[in-house]
Amino acid sequence: MHQRCKELLIKHIFLFFALASIFFLLGIVIVLFKEGLPIFKIVRVKDFILGKSWYPTYDPPDFGILALILGSLWVTFGALMIAIPLGVSAATYISEVAHPRVKEIAKPVVELLAGIPSVVYGFFGMVILAPWLQDVFNLPTGLTCLTASIILGFMALPTVVSISEDAISAVPFSYKEASYALGATKWETISKVTVPSAISGITTAIILGIGRAIGETMTVLMVAGGAAVVPRSFLRPVRPMTATIAAEMGEAPVGSDHYHALFGIAIVLFIITLGFNLLADHLAATFRRKMGQ
Amino acid sequence: MKSKQIKQAIYFSLLRFSIVIILSGLLLILFFIGVRGVKVLSWEFLTQMPKEGMTSGGILPAIIGTFYLTIGAILFALPLGVFAAIYLTEYARQGRLVKLIRIGINNLAGVPSVVFGLFGLAVFVKFFGFGVSILSGALTLGIVILPTIIRASEEALLVVPQSFREASLALGATKWQTIRKIVLPNAISGILTGSILGIGRAAGETAPILFTAATFYIIRLPRSFFDEVQALPYHIYALMTEGTHPESQMPIAYGTALVLLFLVLSIDSVGIIIRNQFRKKKKW
Repeated sequence: MHQRCKELLIKHIFLFFALASIFFLLGIVIVLFKEGLPIFKIVRVKDFILGKSWYPTYDPPDFGILALILGSLWVTFGALMIAIPLGVSAATYISEVAHPRVKEIAKPVVELLAGIPSVVYGFFGMVILAPWLQDVFNLPTGLTCLTASIILGFMALPTVVSISEDAISAVPFSYKEASYALGATKWETISKVTVPSAISGITTAIILGIGRAIGETMTVLMVAGGAAVVPRSFLRPVRPMTATIAAEMGEAPVGSDHYHALFGIAIVLFIITLGFNLLADHLAATFRRKMGQ
Repeated sequence: MKSKQIKQAIYFSLLRFSIVIILSGLLLILFFIGVRGVKVLSWEFLTQMPKEGMTSGGILPAIIGTFYLTIGAILFALPLGVFAAIYLTEYARQGRLVKLIRIGINNLAGVPSVVFGLFGLAVFVKFFGFGVSILSGALTLGIVILPTIIRASEEALLVVPQSFREASLALGATKWQTIRKIVLPNAISGILTGSILGIGRAAGETAPILFTAATFYIIRLPRSFFDEVQALPYHIYALMTEGTHPESQMPIAYGTALVLLFLVLSIDSVGIIIRNQFRKKKKW
């Protein structure tokens, strides 16, 4: 009896630890709302999200974050224009075409790319890429939406490549055999059978890549230029949501409207990334069912 | 037929080209930071305090700060993550609760790093009153790396063959005895790999420590877990955005970036190598 009590107790201790992730996630939600909601006593939700001017320290202040939301979206869109074609091609190559020896080099390279700290990417963007782009396009500053997009695109690559590759490798061999039996070439099989069959897995990869790019902080803080204006061109500076929070939280007095407004931005950011993550989870489950795993 | 093969060759070389671009991106980063960083690297750079308002001297406090933050994070996240993984692989039955826990883990992994920073600020720095300190930063980083640790530990526990557990249970061992004496010892190398990758991640993160632990300048090395610290990733950022002498701060930033890059990539490589060995030749 004593033994059984002990076993039961141990099981529940483990359960408690397993629930920690949920506690933390809930904790984050509670904190964001507790510290962020007070701003909506001052501005209406609609004016906060659709307001075009962000002057948190002016008197009277303006708390409109549309420029910041659009900044995040532009930068992320630009990053995807790089990460999707490069990432999916690389994943297809690694999974279907590459010689095993090439594969053994390519996979660790992608993992190393994932291991580089974001501040190092940001630093590289600031000291190498930005001056170069400034020169090429003859710009007043090299810290632009495009600069941030290029760097973020590379940062999203590991996610896109590794998850797409898993998806493409998971396509059953019988699909390909059927295609070859019909006389299709290897390329025809890849482009018309293998990759289309893996499309929901690849979509999961892209969505996780979006989540990664939209939530990335240090890189955009360092290379996006930081202008809180509605973006008009990829060659101008922008100020994404994450960069705004990181740059201004140090100066905003705790409990001030500015402080609450920054938490308000975090609520918007959190809801967007949560949405993408849930969508990715859902798609991944669909893909696993489809592939019969 | 011929044209089909030419088409295929063209497409395959396009695919190959994507790998070349990715590889050159990585090499460019490593090359520039390596070549310019190595110029400032010296024994003094690694072992001295900064001097003359960050314009010369070394980065010792940042190295030590990163060391403390990382150790603290792993001490917090490792037991939490391993226990969670044990529950998920050994005890849980598939059901709504497990599904919910998995959603929790996946979404925690997707939370933007700056949001973790805000959480740490509101909870550890303010609510618990730890202040801007090693403790607050380490706890925040611990939560950031928790999903990594859980996933790696789960993978390690799952590869232990079911027959091992059955043999132990058949000998009359209880579930807990089986886990402690059979499952965990066989999964330990995999769990260690996970923690190594977690350490690499924690050492490189900046946004979570921005408002919870990091400061640009300290006059003396931290003496307790309640002191604020310099940290390598934050130091790079601060050198580039604060201070009054960008031209003399830039070389130090290169050196710091090289040290951080070397540190993180070697930690990761060790983790990846051990993991691949582990996946290739299992003992059973």
